[in-house]
Amino acid sequence: MSDLERHSYDVIVVGAGGAGLRAAIAAHDAGARTAIVCKSLLGKAHTVMAEGGIAAAMGNLWPEDSWQIHFRDTMRGGKMLNNWRMAQVHAQEAPARVWELEEWGALFDRTKDGLISQRDFGGHRYARLAHVGDRTGLEMIRTLQQHAVALGIDVFMECTVTQLLRDTAGSEPRIAGAFAYWRENGKFVLFEAPAVILATGGIGKSYKVTSNSWEYTGDGHALALRAGASLINMEFVQFHPTGMVWPLSVQGLLVTESVRGDGGVLRNSEGRRFMFDYIPEFFKAETADSEAEADRWYEDKKNNRRPPELLPRDEVARAINAEIKAGRGSPHGGVFLDIASRRSPDYIKKRLPSMYHQFKELAEVDITAEPMEIGPTCHYVMGGVEVNADTAASIVPGLYAAGEVAGGMHGSNRLGGNSLSDLLVFGKRAGDAATAYAASLSTRPSVPERDVQQAEEEASSPFTVQGGENPYTLHQELQQIMNDLVGLIRTASEMSDALEQVAALSRRSEQLTVEGDHRFNPGWHLAIDLRNMLLVSECIARAALERKESRGGHTRDDYPMTDPEWGKINLALRLEGDKVTVTQQPLPEMPAELKQFFEEK
Amino acid sequence: MDVQSPAGQPDGTPAGKGTDGQTSDAAAGSPEGQPAGAPTGQTAVGRPPSSGHAGTRHFRIWRGSAAGGGLEDFRVEVNEGEVVLDVIHRLQATQAGDLAVRWNCKAGKCGSCSAEINGMPRLLCMTRMGTFAQDETVVVTPLRTFPVIKDLVTDVSFNYEKAREVPAFMPRPREADGTYRMAQVDVERSQEFRKCIECFLCQNTCHVIRDHEENKKTFSGPRFLIRLAELDMHPLDTNNRKRLAQDQAGLGLCNITKCCTEVCPEGIKITDNGIIPLKERVVDTRYDPLVWLGNKIRRRPS
Repeated sequence: MSDLERHSYDVIVVGAGGAGLRAAIAAHDAGARTAIVCKSLLGKAHTVMAEGGIAAAMGNLWPEDSWQIHFRDTMRGGKMLNNWRMAQVHAQEAPARVWELEEWGALFDRTKDGLISQRDFGGHRYARLAHVGDRTGLEMIRTLQQHAVALGIDVFMECTVTQLLRDTAGSEPRIAGAFAYWRENGKFVLFEAPAVILATGGIGKSYKVTSNSWEYTGDGHALALRAGASLINMEFVQFHPTGMVWPLSVQGLLVTESVRGDGGVLRNSEGRRFMFDYIPEFFKAETADSEAEADRWYEDKKNNRRPPELLPRDEVARAINAEIKAGRGSPHGGVFLDIASRRSPDYIKKRLPSMYHQFKELAEVDITAEPMEIGPTCHYVMGGVEVNADTAASIVPGLYAAGEVAGGMHGSNRLGGNSLSDLLVFGKRAGDAATAYAASLSTRPSVPERDVQQAEEEASSPFTVQGGENPYTLHQELQQIMNDLVGLIRTASEMSDALEQVAALSRRSEQLTVEGDHRFNPGWHLAIDLRNMLLVSECIARAALERKESRGGHTRDDYPMTDPEWGKINLALRLEGDKVTVTQQPLPEMPAELKQFFEEK
Repeated sequence: MDVQSPAGQPDGTPAGKGTDGQTSDAAAGSPEGQPAGAPTGQTAVGRPPSSGHAGTRHFRIWRGSAAGGGLEDFRVEVNEGEVVLDVIHRLQATQAGDLAVRWNCKAGKCGSCSAEINGMPRLLCMTRMGTFAQDETVVVTPLRTFPVIKDLVTDVSFNYEKAREVPAFMPRPREADGTYRMAQVDVERSQEFRKCIECFLCQNTCHVIRDHEENKKTFSGPRFLIRLAELDMHPLDTNNRKRLAQDQAGLGLCNITKCCTEVCPEGIKITDNGIIPLKERVVDTRYDPLVWLGNKIRRRPS
């Protein structure tokens, strides 16, 4: 223990994607001694995969747009289960966060007038997404990374946090630091800090078919639970409607919604634009009911309604699933996404260069000449750490969460483009609030040495077990279970089954064996991440079993309707001992001045 | 930014130290790359490749650390449409649980899984198995320009140090209406370089540093030369980096052999659109006699 590497900071940010970098910049600017601790090399976080754009009501193309309309779209997209205050703050502050990126060097595509161009996306009434072709996430992460470099913020990269540490001496336990290991050599490191911001992203690696990278193992969700924080909305997992289905090697890989935003349409094996058959009552008034009207909309939004291909993602994913189940799918078990017959090759290559490249390289499909085969893929978790809407603070003093790891902002379903803006808006707020909290303390919390000892033993345990199980095998089993039993369409019996199977895997995971030593050992890294995936998977299944209705990213065969009573309830999960508990709690009530945006006209 | 390194791990180990020989051999597919006493067990060390049934392929993967290592043989199942990274993952799951490799997105967007495949710098996730002949042995070795950490993972901190040397972006003030107005055609020149996914394959292949450790101090490599070009062409930037490009980043060391352009997975015209125009701009300001005279007369610090 005496040779343990130790560092002391005011604010530790876990994760270096959009939310983590923006939080660190804010904390640094507010005067905190700040460090970023991240699992990958700097600049490789999952944000880099975001394609479509950053939603912000700047009104560059449609001056009629406003934060109020963005707020309304966001709430309706989330089926009104969003934390209204988060949705409001997000819509109000997103434009400033985008303009700020420009001051830090981001180069967005331009309008004819030289302003930031904005593109159409599902669920957004106006063209609203600031973008750079279809590689907006790369532009965002590089801009933030380069700005953080210029500011001189410390970064501990390829360093994984395994546990949050608390000072339990006072009346209420509070954050005291984080325990981590260097991936390169397996040595342990302790970060002492009164404030920790979780910006660890999502949970997709618990599913077999996913658009998420290896990092998405629910680390922040699990760290927060174990530190005493609560998670909300964990039953809501977004299955993006368009993931690649073939070859199997790339199954699940994201096909950006921009394909549809830029004119692409969905067809079944009979060539039918089937989305017209799946327009729900909730969106009838604002959705085109003929192909002619839908096609006119791209040029004339005032006099036409949106194409049904641009309904929120949950609606489109369910429709695709239904078509495949009805036997009208494509040869490899998806449906067709066609932009080739609708836009010129030059336009496609200019607007969707990454997609062109991706299909050409990985599937030998020329998207300017033939349709793509696509199907739903696990993409995003709406649920996450329950936070204060203004400060991103969890219920544990000193613990903050921003971005995908935080819950509430997107309700039961996130609109495309609202993720990147979420990262920026709440990353900044978390950085500001964590700094203010750290500065307000009269005494710094101290880390109990016995907890450090315990964290070290837990992390090392896969090396001490002989003849145990292979972590890769358990991981594959978990992915299959979640995919099959807690996927896009759910029923009680399957979810109960999943809970039993996940519990059995958890027991088996106590006896994992890894080969090799502590130096850059992927088997060991997976063994540690697997504990997080198992805990988060249990949370998803428990919450999903509890919510007896269908809403957004939670669709049940046995409760197919949306139930207004469930619309007033959030499910909160806590860890008590080693038991996950589920509590129903009332949704925060929206004030009257915001309710007016939803009244029928 | 201070990018921290693990305590007790000496920084700045010379590239290729202790591994250079083996990796060179590896790239040539030579059996001499075998370490003495290489682990046997599940792997088929020394067994000659056979065509086998259709689904099984012969792989040789460099395994080891800064202390040394060599090629290890594997026979592994390969399915239709798979990329090299799929096969590496299968090896991890079934034969070599601690086989070290970096990867993140498996979609060619993050630039993590750079390595050398049959001697060519490539992304593991974008190299399809279909590009090899059915009975071709696939040799995977780590990037040669950077020191090995373990197996296919190298210490790429050189690149993060060079990133810190780039003077920050400094925008001009906003227009009177609070906006920045730029024409699409003007942003596109810098946008090409901002497509860079920092896979560092260009850095790895550049002969100025690939076999010349001594040049690393004074040469930033193609990735950071196009970063300087990007900023130089950025419509909003006011920071002049031309002197830096020549004096610190080693622009003059590049003799435009275009190897970097050839390996760029994003298809960025590194040499033609980035480095050559930057060289021209440097020449314009540095060697223009009128500019030179003006500098002398106004006694600008040289």
